[in-house]
Amino acid sequence: MTSERELTFAEAIREALAEEMRRDPHVFIVGEDVAEAGTPFKVLSGLVEEFGKNRVVDTPISEPGFSGMGVGAAMTGLRPVVDIMFGDFLTLVMDQVVNQAAKVHYMSGGKMKVPIVFRTTLGATRRSAAQHSQSLHAWVSHIPGLKVAIPSTPYDAKGLLKTAIRDENPVVFFEDKMMYKLTGPVPVEDYTIPFGVADVKLVGEDITLVATSSMIHVAISAAEKLKEIGVSAEVIDPRTTVPLDKQTMIESAKKTSRAIVIDEGYERYGVTAEIASVIADGAFYYLDAPVKRMGAMDVPIPFSPVLEDLTVPTEETVFEMAKSLCRRN
Amino acid sequence: MTKKAEKYSSSEIEATDVEHWLHVYQQMVKIREFEEKVNELYMKALMPGLAHLYSGQEAVAVGVCEALNQKDYITSTHRGHGHCLAKGASVDLMFAELLGKEAGYCHGKGGSMHIADQESGNLGANAIVGGSAGIATGAAYTSKVLGTNQVTICFFGEGALGQGLLYEVMNMASLWKLPVIYVCENNMYNEYTHFNETLAGEVAARAKAFGIYTEVVDGQDVQVVYETTKRLVERARRGEGPAFLECRTYRFYGHHVGDINRAYYRSKEEEQEWRMTRDPINLLADKLIGQNLTDQAVLDRIHSDVKSEVENGVQFALNAPFPDKSKVDQDVYA
Repeated sequence: MTSERELTFAEAIREALAEEMRRDPHVFIVGEDVAEAGTPFKVLSGLVEEFGKNRVVDTPISEPGFSGMGVGAAMTGLRPVVDIMFGDFLTLVMDQVVNQAAKVHYMSGGKMKVPIVFRTTLGATRRSAAQHSQSLHAWVSHIPGLKVAIPSTPYDAKGLLKTAIRDENPVVFFEDKMMYKLTGPVPVEDYTIPFGVADVKLVGEDITLVATSSMIHVAISAAEKLKEIGVSAEVIDPRTTVPLDKQTMIESAKKTSRAIVIDEGYERYGVTAEIASVIADGAFYYLDAPVKRMGAMDVPIPFSPVLEDLTVPTEETVFEMAKSLCRRN
Repeated sequence: MTKKAEKYSSSEIEATDVEHWLHVYQQMVKIREFEEKVNELYMKALMPGLAHLYSGQEAVAVGVCEALNQKDYITSTHRGHGHCLAKGASVDLMFAELLGKEAGYCHGKGGSMHIADQESGNLGANAIVGGSAGIATGAAYTSKVLGTNQVTICFFGEGALGQGLLYEVMNMASLWKLPVIYVCENNMYNEYTHFNETLAGEVAARAKAFGIYTEVVDGQDVQVVYETTKRLVERARRGEGPAFLECRTYRFYGHHVGDINRAYYRSKEEEQEWRMTRDPINLLADKLIGQNLTDQAVLDRIHSDVKSEVENGVQFALNAPFPDKSKVDQDVYA
């Protein structure tokens, strides 16, 4: 029996954290303004009241410092959830994430583990300009030893975050800051979602739209428009870029013969390139058109709304790309 | 040029403590002999890659680690063999790791700069200068949260004083009174550059600025290092927070085994001076013999015992098999 109710994306994240903190006293949250402030996005509001300041730990503005401490705490028996306020600040902690957390298990010959979650954000169009708007999940997806989750719905966010916290490896967890107020059904019962299992958000026949995070909603809107012109689009969400469920995407592309990969990271050398390559490789003899990629424009994200809106895929641009791939001009 | 004891000079050794100090002597000799053998392996092209020798700094690793329990943690550096051995690593498994063998501490996946041994509380050497400061402070955080009474030692060289991470975590360690001791081994050279060219102000002042209890000692005097560390460890166990210990020391060899021609950054005379008058092993020997607490024959016996342990260890490692090729993609994820 599942009793469903609607939660926002932020509430789903908060509930996942609260449930895991109740379940396991070793789980704790650490980062800037995570306690009383509950982060600038208010995602963590209320947690310090329940768990106290020893488990919801406010830090100085020292991302490498508290990330590094998280790695050491994880190596010695705790399960930190490190809050990196904006995905852009990943650049500040790359040594701790890439050279330390990701490598400890392998370098120690499998003896040591780093069960840590780095929660951070991605996503443009919040009018936050070039240093608070990037989607840098490709950076960490590149690194062996890291797992990367990139949920698109409240349901997925909660289930994937609980899996991330229970995982024995470092996980980087990306939340689109534009989705925090998005609502969706979330069961009351405890559940987790395994990593590496894509979700077919919409079943279709004529074209496959593989999309991540908020781009799922862009893809679904585009699919609704495509339906009006007689094109049936299948929308697939990989949900984790590492591990990546290649099979589901390949099977879908084999069925539809066309695919577009949509992601909010920079298009150049990005997640779209990796996934397009997987599909091109796995479904080559079934494809009627080249696999297309739609990512963020390769420019620093501009402030002016008129300019910023041009840099990310939209319902309209995805619709147009799909229409042309299906030769419905 | 030569720095004598900064704040404390060691007192006489108590006659009842002779066994302890002979053990300390043996630990220092073990590190020295180990490193001499590493250098030899490199020269004979028997070791893959490079290694950063600890010779000359033995009093720091041994003096500090002798003041710890097995359960206490250390984090180490690229120049980490001495820390690993002083914390309890065995010579044979160390050599096996250096030679990339399956029997090594990390099954050959870590090598010289990444030796870790949970059994002896060694959270790992680290090839990023200053890179383990976060890990050490996080380990201390765990100890405090879980109430385990463990203390963590964060070893780093004076080169790491150029890294911002150290200051971020010292700030938090002080704010939260974490049981961590930052041990700065000031061997005077950031790789190939004298620290006078890289460091403004005073080393100790940097830690003091965070309200961290700080001491500066002669890092060649193992007794001073040991006694000071013991006090700092007790302090940390009492919940009085972090400490910073600067040990003035010297690297007898170059930055790494391949750094042979060093005249452009330091003189042969300087090296000779340190080797002749400031060798931590000789200084302890002089004291033990000078106080008539032991005789040369006992010390010679220690040297020969250690030499055979090292020789056996290296033979074990040379004969040990390499990892199976199927291991290359194992242990990426737990």
